Amino acid sequence: MLNNRTIDQVGAEERVSRLFSRSIKRESKVQALKMILSMIDLTTLEGKDSPGKVKQLCYKAAHLHDQHPGLPAVAAICVYPNMVPVAKVALVGTNIKVASVATAFPSGMTNLSAKLKEVRSVVDAGAEEVDMVISRGKFLSGDLEFVGDEVAQIKDACGAAKLKVILETGELVTLDNVRRASDLAMHAGADFIKTSTGKINPAATPVVVLTMLEAIRDHYLQTGHRIGMKPAGGISTAKQGIQYLVMVRETLGQAWLTPDLFRIGASSLANDVLMQIIKQNQGNYQSSDYFSLD
Amino acid sequence: MTQSLHINKTYKLYIDGKFLRTESGRYIKWTDPKKNMPIINFCRGSRKDFRNAVVAARSAFKAWSGRSAYNRGQIFYRIAEMLEGRKEQFKSELILQGFTKKQSEKEVALSINRIVYYAGWADKYQQLFSRVNPVSSPYYNFSTPEPTGVVAVIAPDHSCLLGFLSVVVPAVVGGNTVVVLASESYPLCGITFAEVLHSSDVPGGVINIMSGRYNELIEQFSSHMDVNAIIYCAVDSGHASVVEKNTALNVKRAVNYADQNWINPDAQGPYHIMKSQEIKTSWHPIGY
Repeated sequence: MLNNRTIDQVGAEERVSRLFSRSIKRESKVQALKMILSMIDLTTLEGKDSPGKVKQLCYKAAHLHDQHPGLPAVAAICVYPNMVPVAKVALVGTNIKVASVATAFPSGMTNLSAKLKEVRSVVDAGAEEVDMVISRGKFLSGDLEFVGDEVAQIKDACGAAKLKVILETGELVTLDNVRRASDLAMHAGADFIKTSTGKINPAATPVVVLTMLEAIRDHYLQTGHRIGMKPAGGISTAKQGIQYLVMVRETLGQAWLTPDLFRIGASSLANDVLMQIIKQNQGNYQSSDYFSLD
Repeated sequence: MTQSLHINKTYKLYIDGKFLRTESGRYIKWTDPKKNMPIINFCRGSRKDFRNAVVAARSAFKAWSGRSAYNRGQIFYRIAEMLEGRKEQFKSELILQGFTKKQSEKEVALSINRIVYYAGWADKYQQLFSRVNPVSSPYYNFSTPEPTGVVAVIAPDHSCLLGFLSVVVPAVVGGNTVVVLASESYPLCGITFAEVLHSSDVPGGVINIMSGRYNELIEQFSSHMDVNAIIYCAVDSGHASVVEKNTALNVKRAVNYADQNWINPDAQGPYHIMKSQEIKTSWHPIGY
């Protein structure tokens, strides 16, 4: 099932720098910026999160910048398991999904039965998407079977909820490992593969994202299944967002340019994108003083 | 005898503590007005360079304004020392741009003095301009100056070093961070002042220096929402009206030094620091 594919790091970096030098201007830029907003998983994953903060974030998700009509809402809110009920209530009447991290996020260092229990409980609480972490220790020690089985069982526990599998590429060391973990997760039933938890540096780097997108492309060509992609962590500027859209478009094609198949996990990206949209609209550069805090 | 190669300097922008080429790739050929000969090429900065410089200035603001006033003063003494050490370079640049030897000596000497002057004021103007206000209730009520924030500065066109410093230094001594456009007619000393800053413990992003076309950049300098004040020297009334109109967008402070003679005694003083300060008034209960 898994071939020992090796990744040409230099080639990947070259390709990234070529894609990233694309210049997207004016109407296309505004379109791209709005598309980015609609693909954001607005995220708060901090130990100090409170129901108040989650409610506020949910309000922001639905009302990004009411002064400027015609803006889309974000795709989803991403929170810790105990905040799922709060987010569910706060998002009633919107199309915004509730995603919950699970499986002992961010380390994943617990046994399988505890992970399954956690996944079932967040799905019961109403989470429509589950972001799990793989067991990196097992993966790096070569126990791929363990990792694959774990993903498959968690996928079962998800039921109708979508499963996003976090590879935590910052701990996988090489691009070869990233590619192998991507293939493994997709074969085991992932609906999305996701780069990082946001708790480890480096998080989503361009070459890692490209490697994962190519894995998704090859998986599609082999099986006909479209798997989604979610870079997360360290994406805070509109420019980076547009660069990732270009990369997706050029690697996977137009079909992936939808919130069903591409998401960006971020907390501060939305405001930068909003400032760019207003700048395109009014002509002068904007200040974060005039946009809501998260 | 060994002769050294003649190496032309590439004049760059100074943004976030780095010497950068303009992202636009454009440059301006500066021509000697007397001999009508092109002498140097310098960057024609763009609005995106300005945007990047404002981002740098904004992120440097918190740490710079949070430093002790004494420390800011010490850094300005250091700047004066560095300029003193490089004064031959600045004199020769002034001569290259058409100043006489005598004029250039005077310009550099006054410039060093001006920096030392404001270095001394760094931890004193607050006391002069703070006050305890009388109120008819059991509170202390006091007002103190605080830096405005990010200040966009358009340096005077005809006084390329002394004028440049006279508008930049009071703003930065007062805890603001600045993005400054050097003189368009005489660009050299303003651009190369970055070399002095670079060896003076001024954190990157506190003073960002651009070169370019006044007419092209004044719109962006005055309309950027993340700029809190603009200090400029309007060459004509058209410029002043552009600035007045744009500063209304986010109620920036606008300071126009249109006719200032930078050699006059009134060209320096603590009131110039106050041009880019805001007064904060606090209430505090008595007895606790």
